[in-house]
This record gives sequence, structure tokens and C-alpha cells, in this order.
Amino acid sequence: MTTKTTTRITPAKGGVGESPLRPDGVPKLKGTFEYAQDLHADQMLWGATTRSPHPHARIVSIDVGPALAIGGVHAVLTADDVPGRATFGLEHPDQPVLASDEVRYWGEPVAIVAAEDEPTARLAAAAVRVEYEVLEPNVDGDEAERRDDTFRRMRIRRGDQEVQGEVVVDGYYEVGMQDQAPLGTEAGLAIPDGNGGVDLYATSQFVHVDQEQVVASLGLRPDQVRAHPTGIGGAFGAREDVNLHIHLCLLALYTGKPVKMVYQRSESFTGHVHRHPARMWYRHHANRDGTLIRVEARVVIDGGAYASTTAAVLANACYFSVGPYRCDSVSVDGVGVRTNNPPCGAMRGFGAVQVCFAHEAQMDKLATELGIHPLELRRMNALTTGDHMPTTGQLIETPLPTREVIDSLEAMPIMDDGPPDDVTQLPGGTGLTTEPGDVKRGVGYALGLKNLGFSEGFDDFAQARVRLTEEGAIVETAAIEVGQGLVSVLAQIARSGLGLSRAVVKHVDTSRIESAGSTSASRQTQVSGGATLEAATKLRQRILDAHGGDDLNDSGVWRGGELVVGIEELAEAGWEETVTFRHPPTYAPDEDGQGVVHADFAVAGHRAVVDVDPDLGLVKVHRVDTSQDVGRALNPESIRGQIEGGIMQGVGLAIMEELVIEGGVIKNPNFTDYLLPTILDAPDVEALLIEEDGSWGPFGAKGVGEPPTISSTAAVAAAIRDATGRPVTRVPVRPQDIAIG
Amino acid sequence: MGEGATALAGGTDLMVEVNFGHTRPENVVALRRVEELAQWEGGRIGAGVTWRRLERDGPRALAQAARTVGSPQIRNAGTLGGNVGTASPAGDGLPFLAAVDASIELASESGRRTLRWDDFFIGVKKTARRPDELISAIQLPEALPDRQEFAKIGVRNAMVIATVYCVVTRAEDGETRVALGSVAPTTIRARRAEELISSVASPGEEDLREFARLVSEEVTPITDHRSTEQYRRHSSGVLARRLLERCLR
Ligand SMILES: Cc1cc2nc3c(=O)[nH]c(=O)nc-3n(C[C@H](O)[C@H](O)[C@H](O)COP(=O)(O)OP(=O)(O)OC[C@H]3O[C@@H](n4cnc5c(N)ncnc54)[C@H](O)[C@@H]3O)c2cc1C
Repeated sequence: MTTKTTTRITPAKGGVGESPLRPDGVPKLKGTFEYAQDLHADQMLWGATTRSPHPHARIVSIDVGPALAIGGVHAVLTADDVPGRATFGLEHPDQPVLASDEVRYWGEPVAIVAAEDEPTARLAAAAVRVEYEVLEPNVDGDEAERRDDTFRRMRIRRGDQEVQGEVVVDGYYEVGMQDQAPLGTEAGLAIPDGNGGVDLYATSQFVHVDQEQVVASLGLRPDQVRAHPTGIGGAFGAREDVNLHIHLCLLALYTGKPVKMVYQRSESFTGHVHRHPARMWYRHHANRDGTLIRVEARVVIDGGAYASTTAAVLANACYFSVGPYRCDSVSVDGVGVRTNNPPCGAMRGFGAVQVCFAHEAQMDKLATELGIHPLELRRMNALTTGDHMPTTGQLIETPLPTREVIDSLEAMPIMDDGPPDDVTQLPGGTGLTTEPGDVKRGVGYALGLKNLGFSEGFDDFAQARVRLTEEGAIVETAAIEVGQGLVSVLAQIARSGLGLSRAVVKHVDTSRIESAGSTSASRQTQVSGGATLEAATKLRQRILDAHGGDDLNDSGVWRGGELVVGIEELAEAGWEETVTFRHPPTYAPDEDGQGVVHADFAVAGHRAVVDVDPDLGLVKVHRVDTSQDVGRALNPESIRGQIEGGIMQGVGLAIMEELVIEGGVIKNPNFTDYLLPTILDAPDVEALLIEEDGSWGPFGAKGVGEPPTISSTAAVAAAIRDATGRPVTRVPVRPQDIAIG
Repeated sequence: MGEGATALAGGTDLMVEVNFGHTRPENVVALRRVEELAQWEGGRIGAGVTWRRLERDGPRALAQAARTVGSPQIRNAGTLGGNVGTASPAGDGLPFLAAVDASIELASESGRRTLRWDDFFIGVKKTARRPDELISAIQLPEALPDRQEFAKIGVRNAMVIATVYCVVTRAEDGETRVALGSVAPTTIRARRAEELISSVASPGEEDLREFARLVSEEVTPITDHRSTEQYRRHSSGVLARRLLERCLR
């Protein structure tokens, strides 16, 4: 591991540790913030997409004539019009920009149109005549595995494979397909630059990979395509993959006009990847005293029709399949199958969510079998700094306060106040199904573990530039703000690095700065934050050195208590510093899945209290309390926002959020039937932040975005088990699973 | 209404259909400024009365139903007439109308006519309204039973299309009505269960169990992406029994 330099926090108003008002907060509340949906250019056209109505079919012919014949239509493009690489993909370019010979999932793009207004564009998209020879969709994961139609197989073997525990528990678990369901749908605007190039403004988590993929498929030089960060209404993983980006640029360059697209809600549900549905078989061995002896697992995830990030999600699911527990004998087999189901990829938690549901159910089963309290069993086996990862064998060098998380969670007072009197706060809510006498209360615990940043040898870096200007310090970055608060925290880091209280974040396009990597894997605060801090502290030192100063503050440079250079003068001098930050290196695993695969880890625990109406199978999550390892809380309010939102997403997966797929077709691609928790479904949340020094993030900060979603689902499931005695081996738990079994 | 015209009340059903491209009305007649439709006198509720008003001033079980419709925005715009016009098997207002044997008043250039609810609702989103007719009002009977209870099962606690709706009413003389939604092509009444329990002055555990069993037997639900046949059948009985017990308290 690289050496850690502990950076001093230079005092500055609005620096780290505070929770200053978000610069985009008020505009978002007032509705004046510009989201990608609001983009506008003079003379712009509207784009729309013709999509396959079949999950699997051969394209016999495409007739664009009827669409072109509609007045106001400027272009109808098909696969033949893609000048460069015909395919795209985040890890493997296996997905057609537009399907040419075969469609492999329901809703796959076949043609794109541009027209003078949005209704005309949609009309034209519907008028493209595609003749299909419908094929049987392959939707059975077992069948796909038998055919070896897979994206990746994972094999982890660690320690003595022969050991047996005195107590053995088995289990089979399933997780349904969750959607990120960001409130802002996919949207963007591409503007031709008049010289054969194009500027793209579109919903994204990672503009540099969008740019690379646009360049490849348009057959342009890299300098001809500029991808610009824009206003994003939520992402959660759904915006890592290209969807409308190449389409917009194709249409813009073909028509010579700006082209805008906004996916409708139903289209959004097919236009982005989803959380992988998973099936998991587990066997846990322990000794009578509670020591975990061996874990065996088999994990099958369905990647759908195209690769996206399935290989990495599968690996993650396998690496975290044991959870934050010590165990020296582990065997995990995983497979990501290819089917004609909707493509799945990144979603908050990235594989760790699915296995957490399973390993935590197993830990509870063990606890029951052994007669040990579930938290006690977890504490006895808690994985901490200095231990080896149960799966990869990697030595954990950064702080991992698993025991502190358990202890603090246990110490949080639990108010056993019984079901509330307000019936709308009971299961069934405003539906008035349930009265207090119908309710059984349950309590459940779960812990989750996940990596921070990219793994397996991926060259994970971020560039940031800090400039001194008349407006104060400016942090330039291409790291995407998706709503999480990056625009606050990078400014805070810059302030504390420089010792100046005026700092803002300014997003710049791909031609003006190098990649910041993806806003995913809980990584930007650590990685772009790391770049910002290094740039800010270097800049401060350079300025002090240049003027022989001993302090820099909002007035300027000081020496021996006297101001030597005023801040205006510094601003005019055009000081700037650009830094590319890399976290400690990681490596690809060996054939047994062993090695230094991850750069850092975070652990969190959740305690859920639920009220269940067992006869109707209805659940109200009363409260979810949590304790989370955050390294250093750079912006406590933002962290709480991540925690509350992440818990809502976890509650959603536990009891209602599922894309229902039948024969490859999504039956509920809308907010009428894809149910997100409302405020009446929201639990109260109490959150403790566990801070410890030693992570390589700025001031010791860790990523905080994913842990709230990882174990909250498992905790709710455990609480439902506690209330009902039902096994709850599948999430989302459906009313019929509880009421009927 | 003229040939080929589509009525627009709150638009909370119609505009969803338009947005999804399921319908493209040629001529739209907006009803909001037709004052008569918003009038509500005694048991005659104008078709244009909104859920918001019903939530405040409606008979108990209809007010309970109104409270569960969508969100405040939807309740401010959506109307009872629109709910009747759509005639969804999952319409929140319909079980109450079925339980009290309400009638639907229709108006056209050729005059007015009144159809009882079960003559009006004839299938999934199908009614006996002629294209030239407007729904002018919903007529409730003069006297409504004192005891009336509504409940709706959905997977989340608000803003949800229910998997089962139920209204139970019970009059002084014991006459009991049970209406259920989302468990058959139209709202239905569980007549055998009604008959059984109406004659029992103070039902005991056995009666209640039999009542629930009959309700479960009488519904004809389907399995779809929202729920299963078995669950809907089971919970119809559970819910009807609970509502009856509330009526008996
Ligand atoms: C987000 C959302 C949530 C919803 N939640 C619920 C819910 O919980 N429960 C529920 O039951 N419904 C719900 N709905 C559906 C809808 O709000 C109700 O059915 C509402 O009562 C419709 O009334 P409206 O006035 O908006 O009807 P409109 O949409 O204006 O009309 C509905 C239909 O009736 C016809 N129509 C309307 N008025 C007349 C008339 N006077 N004469 C003849 N035909 C007429 C129209 O032509 C149209 O076909 C929801 C809708 C949305 C968008």
C-alpha cells in the first residue's frame, strides 16, 4: 500500500466537517435548476427511438419510407447509417448502436428519427416499418448456463476446502430486478460544431467514457467530440452506460442541427440497465461456540442481453458474498448468464446488495441454530483491520470498524413503543386495512460490506484543477454531480486545502480536463476529492513559497503577522494546479480469486423495526437505524442525505420495488406499477457516523453512497422474519409470500 | 354530446391514455365550466364533484375511498364522474356505489335516463353509456346505512392501485352489503355472504368465518403483475370480515 500523507485541515469557513448550503439546493427547490430535460438550442430538432416490441427476433426488413414521408421529419437512421464502430459497451462493446440483424431484448433500439417537434418525432418513430421474424426468447438462466451462454464465471477458493463446522445451515435466496428509477429520465442535446465535430450534453455518470464511445461509433477524431457535464436528476448506476448519447450525435451530425431527446418514463425503464436479479445457494458452517468455519456459496445473476457491467457486478457479488466476517475456508462459484431479459448493469451496491440479503439471512439462521443473539454472532466473527478478506485473502489495511458499528448499533435505544395509533402509519396506510390489533412487530439486524472505488487492477484515477480567480477558488472537474452533493464537498475540500473560504465547483467538458472516472462505486469524494485536496494544498504551498509567506487566508499571503500580498493580486496572477489522483493500486485476482483486488472498504449496519399485518401480508417499515463507517465526515448533512435516501432504496427493494418480467417483457414499466416508497412508506431514521483515521481519501474520508442500500434491505427482511416466522427467502417480499407462503 | 366527442373532466385518466398513445381523441369537450356537473345536493352527486370534496363531505365509506385516491393533486382534479366513466375494475369510487345500489344519471340531447350501477358497468372499462350521453350525476339512495366501512389493499401505503377493494355496509335491521373491486371484471357484490350475515343479529366467530369464506368463494380474481388470484381471494375474505367487524362495533 502506498504511504499515507495525513493532510492538515487549514481553517476556512465552509470547509470540511461543516454542512454548508448546497449551491444547487435553492435553484433545485425553486425549479430554476437546469436539468438535461430543460436544455434548449435555437433551431433544434427532437429525436425519438424506434424500439423492438419483441425480446428476441430476427429483423427481416426495415422500411423507413413511411416515417420519412411525415412532414417535419428530417432524418430516419438505422444501423446502416452508423459510420464507425457498430457496437458500444462499458466493458465490452457488444451492444449494437442500432440493431441490424437481430434484436435481443424488449425495447432494443432499431431506428432513430429527428423531426421538428417532439410529437412528430414520436409519430415518425412509430411509423418506421420493421418486419420481424419472432424468435423464442431465452429467458431461463439455468438453460443459459448449460449452454455456457455467460458473461463471466467466478471461482473463489480460499483455505482448507475440507473443513466442516459442528453446525451447518443451508439456504436458497432470490432477489428480484430492481430499477434505479431516477426521477429525471434520460435526456440530452447534441450540437454540431460546424466543422464535423459535435458537443454533447446528456445525462451521464461518466462523460469521458461517453465521449470515447461516441468517437468510436461516429468514426471521428477524439478532439471532434466534447461531452459536457449537465444537470442530472438521479442516476444510481443507470447512467454509466451509453443509451441516447451516440444516437443524439449521429442525428446532429446527419441533420447539421442541434438534436434533443428526452426519454418518456416507460422508455426510460427499457433505456437503462437494471439491478441484476440473483439466485443464491448458501451453506454456512460454524462451531458450537459461534466461530464461522466455512462458507460455501453459488451465485447466479442474469445479465440480460448485453454485457454492460455484468462481469464486474458478478465479481463483486462473489467477493462480498461472505459479508464483513472472518472466515478462513471459503468456496464461491458465480456466473453471470446471458439471456433475452432486459440488460442489467450497475446499480447502487453493485452486486453486494444481492449477496448481503443472502449472507445475512444465513447469519440469522446460524444464530437461531446456535442460540446466540444475532448481533453477538456477528460481533464474534467481525472482520476488522488487520484481518484478511474471507474471499480474496487480501489484508485489510485501512480502518474497518465492524465491531464499532455493531456495538454502536446495539447501544442505540430501541423505542418499543408498539404500533402507532395513526392508522395511516400502520401497514396498509391510507387504505385503512389494518388496525393496531392486526399488527405484529419485528426487529432485524444486518451488516453489509463493500469496496470503495474500482477494483481488479482497473486504472482508477481522477483529475481536478484548482484555480485562483476573482470569484475565489474554482475547482474544475468532469466528475458528475448526480444529486449526491459533489458540488458541495469538492468546494469544501478546496477551502480546507487552501485555507480560503471562497470556492466553487465548475464543471468542464472532456476537452478541457482529463477523466474524473465514474460517479459510482462510492468513489468521487475519495478520488476526485483526493485530486482536489492535493491540488489545493500544492497550490497553497506554491503560493506561500513564491511569496515567502507563512499563512494564506481570505486577505492574502501573510509573513510574520503582516499581509505581504493581497488576495486580488493573487487572483490576477492566475495561479492554478492540476492533479491526477490515483488510489492505491489493485490487481486482477488469480485463478482462485485471490489477491489485492480492492483499494478500500466500508461497512455499515442497519436495524429495522417493522410492523406486519400477517393475515394480509402488508408491511410498514416503522424505523431503520444505522451505524456507518465513513472515515471522516466531510459534510455530515450530505452523508445523512445519502443514508436516508439509501435506506429508502433498500426498503423499496425489501418490500415493493421490482420490475416484473414475463418472457423477457417488462410488465410494469411505469410509476403506476413500479412502486417506489412514498413518504408514508418512509421509516424514521437515526444515523450514527463512525469516524476513524487512516483511509487514503481526503482527510481520511471514505465513500458513503452505497453502504446505506446494502444492508438495509437485509435488515428489513430479517425484521419481517422476526415478526411473522416466515422464512422470507426472496425480496421484494410480496404480500402473498407472507399471507399465504 | 356530439358524434365522436370525448368528455374531459379532471383528465387524470384521459390524459394518461393520451400520453401513452392509447387514445387520440378528435374532439374534446372540457366539462369543468359546466356548473351543473359540480352540483351536489343530498344524494345527487354531480359527475364533476372532485375527490377532494368527497373526502371532506362524502358519506363515510365514500370519503374513506376518496382519501385513498392518488395524491392531493389527483384528488383536486379527479372526479367521481370520471371514475365512473373510466369504469376500471380498480376504480376507488365504485365499490361504494355498488354497496348502496347507486344509479348513474345520463344526459343527452334526447333527454335523461338513469341506470342502476349493475346495468351501467358491463365489463372491464365498459359501460352502457351511449356515445352521445354525458354522465350528469350519481344518484345515491335517500337513506344510507349508518355503518359503512371502506378499505383497500395495495403494496404501498399511499398512491397505489389496489389489489383488493372492499366496502361493507350494515343497516339497523342487519341488512349487510359487501362490494368488492379489483377481484372481478367489474365491481361485484358478494350476495351469498350478504344473505348469510344479514339474517344474523349478532354474528359470532363461526358466522364471521363462514362469511369470510363465502366472500373468498364469490370473487373471481385473476393473477397479473400486481398480485395473484390466490392472494386476492384470500384477502377478500379477510378484508370483508374486518370491515364487517368494524360495522358491528
Ligand atoms: C397518479 C394517479 C393516481 C390515481 N390514483 C387513483 C386511485 O387511487 N384510485 C382510483 O380510483 N383512480 C385513480 N386514478 C385514476 C383517476 O384519477 C380517477 O379514475 C378519476 O376519478 C378520474 O376522474 P377525472 O375527472 O380525472 O376523469 P377524466 O380523465 O377526465 O375522464 C375519465 C374518463 O371518463 C370520461 N368522462 C369523464 N367525465 C365524464 C362525463 N361527465 N360524462 C361522460 N364521460 C365522462 C372521459 O371521457 C374519460 O374516458 C389515478 C390517476 C392518476 C393519474
